[in-house]
Amino acid sequence: MAGNPQLNANGELHHLLTIEGLPRDIIVRILDTAHSFLSLTEREIKKVPLLRGKAVFNLFFEPSTRTRTTFEIAAKRLSADVINLNVGTSSQSKGETLLDTVANLSAMHADMFIVRHAQSGAAHLIARHVAPYIHVINAGDGRHAHPTQGLLDMFTIRHYKQDFTRLRVAIVGDVLHSRVARSQIHALTSLGVPEVRVIGPRTLLPNHVSELGVHVFHDMAKGLKDVDVVIMLRLQNERMNGALLPSAQEFFKYYGLTPEKLASAKADAIVMHPGPMNRGVEIDSSVADGNQSVILPQVTFGIAVRMAVMSILAGSG
Amino acid sequence: MRMPEAESLLSQLADSMRKHVSADTALIGIHTGGVWLAERLHRSLGLKQPLGTIDVSFYRDDYESRGLHARVKPSSIPFEVADADVILVDDVLFTGRTIRAAINELFDYGRPQRIRLAALVDRGGRELPIAPQFLGVEVRVADNEQIELQKSADGRLSLVLTPMPALERK
Repeated sequence: MAGNPQLNANGELHHLLTIEGLPRDIIVRILDTAHSFLSLTEREIKKVPLLRGKAVFNLFFEPSTRTRTTFEIAAKRLSADVINLNVGTSSQSKGETLLDTVANLSAMHADMFIVRHAQSGAAHLIARHVAPYIHVINAGDGRHAHPTQGLLDMFTIRHYKQDFTRLRVAIVGDVLHSRVARSQIHALTSLGVPEVRVIGPRTLLPNHVSELGVHVFHDMAKGLKDVDVVIMLRLQNERMNGALLPSAQEFFKYYGLTPEKLASAKADAIVMHPGPMNRGVEIDSSVADGNQSVILPQVTFGIAVRMAVMSILAGSG
Repeated sequence: MRMPEAESLLSQLADSMRKHVSADTALIGIHTGGVWLAERLHRSLGLKQPLGTIDVSFYRDDYESRGLHARVKPSSIPFEVADADVILVDDVLFTGRTIRAAINELFDYGRPQRIRLAALVDRGGRELPIAPQFLGVEVRVADNEQIELQKSADGRLSLVLTPMPALERK
């Protein structure tokens, strides 16, 4: 456990906290397993019995509809019992500490925690303190990581583009506040994408982002030139303290993805967005709904990827 | 110990099945060896239904102790299972647990009219009340050995005896 807190003594995935430092073969195994779960949707009964009798707790200290719902569907398709807790509105507001909340839920015989928290490192903290048979999945912690989103994005890219090793991928917008961007950059690099670009205004890019091995652009036309994949990020108004931007309209003018800006990318480039979208702020409706958009398939793939992660974790003992 | 010749067993197996199948009989191969056999049987018997394949990893009863199989393949059942006449095809029949898992998975696609089982080799050691309707040969081997079906580059099938991996032992 000393090396990587996500792996057990046999090197198996025990918690999923971040893509950073995750061995490449584990990432590939998650994507392959998710591929097998996709075919479930064609069946009469869309459930498999892997997690029968297990209790999965959705522990959301920060509101989220899509992520929580897709985790819930994934757990139910694995036959787990799912308990949804919006902790922000209960114990925490009465002053209970994070670890006390988790200790109480563990006493209710939880087998797995799906954790979303505004503080970076919250899922790591919980993973360090739970009983050894409990698994923790980070569903987004502060600005740090959102590994299942990063993995479902990789699944989407592989689905449409097959080979990672000849791709040019651009991540556009509010990289500074985005835990998604961080997870994506680690995953893309690990899977061998030769060129990852980030595009955004100086105020929304982290100071040392180029140290992650990405190419930095401040101009959309140059940054999108000949890319295969465009990943738009949501402008995170709720995370902005102080004036990093003159206005949303101004942002759209320079960085909003319009058909004209998308024309710089390759003709068969795909457009992705982790949702929820701000139409008319980071993306134009005609692009979001256009034939290069794979935003809705991303949501569908997200269920299969979360099933894969949960079944690999729960099987690691 | 010398293993029987897989190619001749396969043609015997096909011959024994021939008068018990109709054009509507559907074959489902169990990954991986069962799929190779099912492909050959499907061609030899001239069946009309497209070939199905099944990976039982999501239905295994040892998931709790051994975790998810490392290389899961997608199951693909490209025909209507409800009321179908199905033959499951596996390479080596042993405890019967794989067949139990395959039957459970199949029922999540629909309620078949009938399920039969074809296997190339029965090595005994059954732990569930499962028996093949069509069988190539019975072989007895030591508990610490396993019989494996292999496929060469030119598509020829052969049976080899290998040591049982530590994890498979009970």
